[in-house]
Amino acid sequence: MIDFSATHLQLFGLPQQYGIDLNVLESRYRELQTKAHPDRFAGEDETQIRLAEQWSGRINEAYRVLKSPFERGCYLLTLQGIEPFGQNQPAMPPDFLMQQMQWHEQLAEARSKADKLMQLEQSVERHKKSLLTDLSGTVDSSAEQAALILRKLKFLFRLEEQVGEALEALE
Amino acid sequence: MALLQISEPGLSTAPHQHRLAAGIDLGTTHSLVATVRSGEPQVLEDELGHALLPSAVRYCSDEAPHVGYSALNMQDKDPTNTIVSVKRLMGRVLADVNEAAELPYALLDAPGMVRLATVSGDKSPVEVSAEILKALRERAEKSMGGELTGVVITVPAYFDDAQRQATKDAAKLAGLHVLRLINEPTAAAIAYGLDQAAEGTFAVYDLGGGTFDFSLLKLSRGVFEVLATSGNGHLGGDDFDQRVYGWILQHANIAAPTAGDMRTLLVAARRAKELLSKQDSAPIQAVLSDGTAVDLTLEYSTFDTLTADLLQKTLISCRKALKDAALAVEDLNGVVLVGGATRMRTLRREVTQFFGRQPLTNLDPDKVVALGASIQANILAGNRGADDLLLLDVTPLSLGIETMGGLTEKIIPRNTTLPVTRAQDFTTFKDGQTAMSIHVLQGERELVGDCRSLGRFELRGIPPMVAGAARIRITFQVDADGLLSVTAREQSTGVETQIVVKPSYGLGDDEIARMLQESYQLAEADKHARMLQEAITEARRLLESVKAAMDTDADLLDDAEQVEINAFMQHLFNAMAAGGTDDIKKHMDALNNGTRDFASRRMNRSISQALTGQTVDSIAA
Repeated sequence: MIDFSATHLQLFGLPQQYGIDLNVLESRYRELQTKAHPDRFAGEDETQIRLAEQWSGRINEAYRVLKSPFERGCYLLTLQGIEPFGQNQPAMPPDFLMQQMQWHEQLAEARSKADKLMQLEQSVERHKKSLLTDLSGTVDSSAEQAALILRKLKFLFRLEEQVGEALEALE
Repeated sequence: MALLQISEPGLSTAPHQHRLAAGIDLGTTHSLVATVRSGEPQVLEDELGHALLPSAVRYCSDEAPHVGYSALNMQDKDPTNTIVSVKRLMGRVLADVNEAAELPYALLDAPGMVRLATVSGDKSPVEVSAEILKALRERAEKSMGGELTGVVITVPAYFDDAQRQATKDAAKLAGLHVLRLINEPTAAAIAYGLDQAAEGTFAVYDLGGGTFDFSLLKLSRGVFEVLATSGNGHLGGDDFDQRVYGWILQHANIAAPTAGDMRTLLVAARRAKELLSKQDSAPIQAVLSDGTAVDLTLEYSTFDTLTADLLQKTLISCRKALKDAALAVEDLNGVVLVGGATRMRTLRREVTQFFGRQPLTNLDPDKVVALGASIQANILAGNRGADDLLLLDVTPLSLGIETMGGLTEKIIPRNTTLPVTRAQDFTTFKDGQTAMSIHVLQGERELVGDCRSLGRFELRGIPPMVAGAARIRITFQVDADGLLSVTAREQSTGVETQIVVKPSYGLGDDEIARMLQESYQLAEADKHARMLQEAITEARRLLESVKAAMDTDADLLDDAEQVEINAFMQHLFNAMAAGGTDDIKKHMDALNNGTRDFASRRMNRSISQALTGQTVDSIAA
């Protein structure tokens, strides 16, 4: 019987690994919500509805984490006892720090130019994609390496946000 | 087993009784009510065959307010007492109302919400909306031949908590039980989805009289999943009228229109806009109060230029939602147009261009929202069928708290699927700090001042520690109705405090009670009779559901448990027959408590059943 202590992956009946079939995840999400959503208990007693709220919220949270490659990676590392964003992390490699500085310079220069900003956005997007590919090969085999990739990704997400804000300011 | 039960006359449980439920589209310019009859949603009409009820209320000095066409027809003769587009004022203080100068009403600044001075006294937008809802309720009850069990009312997806609360308050004042507020684009998608048996990802572009909403939904085997929503609470068809109105003032050299002239010209502006949906130029003719005649012609191309930036604004919202959902326009299976304002030709041209496809318009854009709401109302009233749809909705705006320096920390980001529970840890700022003030906010902006404040509360009794040592866990919980409750807990001592957030703009229960008193002058006895009736209805429903549960899942209970639950049921039944409201409530609580374990076991069974029948390899792998 399934209980609240099950992992997100167990909840969806999926193998305990990074590589999962997102179509299966999505269809199971729908099946589970069809059973557990509070609207399914409309008109029934409050206890039942409160329970349904808890289950349904639990399913939503698990789905949110699993469908995002980044969140899923973080979650699986946490299950292995590794906190990718905890304190005392090793320093970022020098080449990535250099790249970071370059990007920030580009952003400062492009701030009022929509075409430059969109170029930067595309460059960030490409790096993100390549890091996500690297991530899929490391989460299950080399946790330390995966943690580094996740930290790089987090930096890229922030940068992407900043580029987006600069673009919105131009609209 | 317990003894056979014989019911008191009039108290017999009728398990398959159809409950009367309706869907209401409470619109800026007009409102509608719909219901599901023999499985088909349909809009209810008045005696004259009108489906639309103009959202207009005229207050008179010596008689009850007029609602609908009779009010609308008086708007240029009695502009200050004839309230139209009141939806734009819901949950708003005077400072929020940008267009105040262009409205012909006497707006009063009041704490919580703006008020309107009329010949029958000051009215809050909630009271005005309640008049519209009462008219719809009467229409529905006359047509359906009985009292409504409950209604689903639609609101713009982009309505914030204060506006939603104001809408609920209006319903309460109109004597309606709200089963759920649902978002207008979602309701439209429900109506479309069922009508077309559609599958895939759809965009709903909804431009009403006063609000713009955009939602992205995924439809699959009866599940409607809202992926993202965005919009603008201050942009609608009315703004296009305003642009034309401004153009008329300029080209007819009118410097100071009276309130009546304003109404006359706004009506003329709207008529011109509507004509331009069908033809290339529209005549604008009107006679002002001082006898001046206005005679102008508005060209389609001029209208296009006057309103281009308004359409651009809607498309910026579309882009934002697509980005939130990580979708491109090519990923969509269709775009649905909703709202009377989407009849504009300029709009259809821009939307077609943006999405690279012709939008779907086969359902009446005025009716589709009410139809969808009636379908959801039917389900939430408990009239369930085999092929029920399930609606998975999202939070339209981010929810968070204030941190040091007047900054907002988001705890639940916008477009998170409901229900949701999310916790985050915070700490103290000063050495020895023993209390913490928690300020709950809604909105997307970084600065607290730019977000809407939903409430404040305090956590006291934190043990004195050095700054940064305490661990305060703040948990946000939003249920399927979109109601937020917030808990703060100091982790080491377990000191805890919590509130169910009521927005500062909502009316207090006392205020609602006072308004109810004023509008109905309910005698105490009537009130008690109504409370008893409500308690009996609730108790009956509870008994039905426990009985149904025991019929299907009796094997989850041992004999002793069955006897115990039967006894609770019998007590409740006796209390219903005796007719004491408090007693009925007490025994309902007892039965609820007595079935808690049973409910939990049933839930676990149904979850695990959802996973059985899966392919073995994918579970075992």
